[in-house]
Amino acid sequence: MFRAAGLLMAIALTMGGGVPVWAAAWQPTRPVEFIVPAGTGGGADQMARVIQGIVTKHNLMPTAMVVINKAGGAGGEGFLDIKASRGNPHKLVITLSNLFTTPLATGIPVSWKDMTPVAMMALDEFVLWVNAEKPYKTAAEYVAAMKAAPPGQFKMGGTGSKQEDQIITVAMERLTGVKMTYIPYKGGGEVAVQLVGNHVDSTVNNPIEAVAQWRAGKLRPLCVFDKIVLPVTDKIAGDMAWSDIPTCESQGLNIQYLMLRGIFMPPGATKEQVQYYVDLLEKVRATPEWKQLMHDGAFNPTFMTGDHYAAWVDTEDNRHRDLMKEAGFLAGN
Amino acid sequence: MEELVNLFHGFAVVLQPYNIMLMIIGILLGVIIGVLPGLGGANGVAILLPLTFSMSPTSAIIMLSCIYWGALFGGAITSILFNIPGEPWSVATTFDGHPMARNGRAGEALTAAFTSSFVGALFAVIMITLLAPLVASFALRFGPAEKFSVFFLAFCSFIGMGKEPPAKTIAAMMIGFVMAAVGLDSITGNLRLTFGFTNLINGFDFLIAVIGLFGIGEILLTMEEGLSFQGRAAVINPTVVWRTWKELPRYWKTSLTSCLVGCWMGISPAGATPASFMSYGIAKRSSSNGEAFGTGQIEGVIAPETAAHAAGTSALLPMLALGVPGSPTAAVLLGGLMIWGLQPGPLLFVEQKEFVWGLIASMYLGNLMGLIIVLTCVPLFAAILKVPFSIIGPVILVFCAIGAYTVHNSTFDVALMLIFGILGYVMKKCDYPLAPLVLAIVLGDKAEEAFRQSMLASQGNLGVFFSNGLVGTIMTLGLAMLFWQPLQTVFARLRGQ
Repeated sequence: MFRAAGLLMAIALTMGGGVPVWAAAWQPTRPVEFIVPAGTGGGADQMARVIQGIVTKHNLMPTAMVVINKAGGAGGEGFLDIKASRGNPHKLVITLSNLFTTPLATGIPVSWKDMTPVAMMALDEFVLWVNAEKPYKTAAEYVAAMKAAPPGQFKMGGTGSKQEDQIITVAMERLTGVKMTYIPYKGGGEVAVQLVGNHVDSTVNNPIEAVAQWRAGKLRPLCVFDKIVLPVTDKIAGDMAWSDIPTCESQGLNIQYLMLRGIFMPPGATKEQVQYYVDLLEKVRATPEWKQLMHDGAFNPTFMTGDHYAAWVDTEDNRHRDLMKEAGFLAGN
Repeated sequence: MEELVNLFHGFAVVLQPYNIMLMIIGILLGVIIGVLPGLGGANGVAILLPLTFSMSPTSAIIMLSCIYWGALFGGAITSILFNIPGEPWSVATTFDGHPMARNGRAGEALTAAFTSSFVGALFAVIMITLLAPLVASFALRFGPAEKFSVFFLAFCSFIGMGKEPPAKTIAAMMIGFVMAAVGLDSITGNLRLTFGFTNLINGFDFLIAVIGLFGIGEILLTMEEGLSFQGRAAVINPTVVWRTWKELPRYWKTSLTSCLVGCWMGISPAGATPASFMSYGIAKRSSSNGEAFGTGQIEGVIAPETAAHAAGTSALLPMLALGVPGSPTAAVLLGGLMIWGLQPGPLLFVEQKEFVWGLIASMYLGNLMGLIIVLTCVPLFAAILKVPFSIIGPVILVFCAIGAYTVHNSTFDVALMLIFGILGYVMKKCDYPLAPLVLAIVLGDKAEEAFRQSMLASQGNLGVFFSNGLVGTIMTLGLAMLFWQPLQTVFARLRGQ
């Protein structure tokens, strides 16, 4: 009832407000809600708030942008909100891998097909980290130590359950044949600190989640779960740069995983509306603040829009279905 | 010594007129945010964050942290006057604060609350100034088992505290645990107890429960009592602040314990809410007139307020030094740091001296300024009680509804709030205590998560809770608290023989 009334109101407002600019290109007439389907302080939240900051600081939009966290049900709350806002052009959502994993793991009725793809902003990398006090200097040494210990002795800390961190952990288990104990925590920052405090043995934190502890000499990166090494060559800790971390493949751990940091709109958005946000995000990408974020977090700054983007998302969706099925993470299991 | 030099440098930064102006604006906004139920410090800071993007990082953090202090102060106002906690950590303040207001001592209760908040914050800031590196390494020792032991202690220090029979306390607590279990099970990643109803995937938010149970429940009760409110008869006297201050030093022991509990909870990081409950429980046990707690004892206001503020302040330390927020507001501030181009973590203290010490200096001055601002308003706040309930009641109801809506921008929550209101009314009528229910909703899922993480890590061995000195001591303390009453009876009997 309420929702339907709200929707009608939203449509009425959009149409009413849209009249003067009907002939010109579409632009927002109300504050734009930027939904983050994750908690405050995490990677997606940081990126959304940086985008909000850039849009506000450089006056890129005629109306305000408001970041709203809807983290319930592993992000399902945020995706359902977008799904239910059909035709509302004043809503955006930033997604991470939970766009694929949450519906599969929880059975929440939502899929990327219920939304309109706008743009991929970047891909986030995953790095295998251990505590700097531990003797393992390479991933190969770490795997050897895992194999020597009784099954389940080595603890992997990660963000969330049946999400990307655990998918990588399961892949590692399959490849090495060693059982690990996966311990889920609420957020990436907490995971990094648990590793510093030696409460877990390793993590697969994103670069930006662990960089501060690495620079302080508390953590050591072993390998990156990508085909190629990271592009950032500035020295970060001692004489090591992001680019000095070898790929996991070169260490005998043939696992590649990249996480989507992309923007979607509610279903039923028009071409002009999508184009407006694509242009807006292009402008965001051109700012020095954005470049700084990409640099600090050693992101893979791939930008995709339109059909390319939709095709990429579709492939990833299928890949996750297979990965989740193999790991036994599908709802009802 | 180097710390002191840095601190004075920090004061020099904060005392620029522009920064002082930001401080006052921040405190005033914070008090308003704190007064409105639902619109907590975290929401307030998140909404105002964009305003600070064009400022320098130091000015921005001064303003945002002052909003945080203001919210901490403001949360006490509605809990004392109307029995409606503006913030989660003010729930414990209602236990004695509201009875004081009903007895016509609203001014004293407010003064005690504000002053204690200031004392707690000051204690925590001094600790941060002197012990920052040490404290940060202490926080690193908290793994899942240690965290669970802290929650365990919070629950145990609570059982047998009220006048209600322990069975009723436990029954209320169990209802809370069931409610806390609704939503996503963070360990298995599956949904629990949602019955396919998508509105429930987020679980029962603690704020909605508090607004309903306390706010709406209280309005229903007052309506039943014929809209009377005894606090109205109180004479408002501007000298109430001085009179209360003369009385406060007598309770230095309660204050000190609460400061320590608060700092510890803020760093560990369990947060301000368990700190306030735990500190109330300890004060009730250790005070000479603990029996009278709940009838309007000034100590019952001092303990939770001191602890909440000490915890709220010290929660910023793990955020700065480790990059892990100790409270939801700290989490939003953390997001802010990233946007201003600062990287929280062990090196922040080394690389961004001006920022860190500017923030610490603003903690001193912000709290002092906050205290002055709220204290001058005490007679004004107390005078609100003079407004007839038939006018103020509907206003409260509207604010409650707005508050419930703001938590998740969802009308479903407003309906949920009303249901909680009826539940609160029924429970009060049947003499079931509300506080254990609230405590279980707040901490239930966190305690469960920490317990199950520990069990995963130890592969099912309960011995992990006694595996090192730290966790063992906290667990033993908890058990002692749990069996306090039976033990006391045994001791009394032994002595009698």
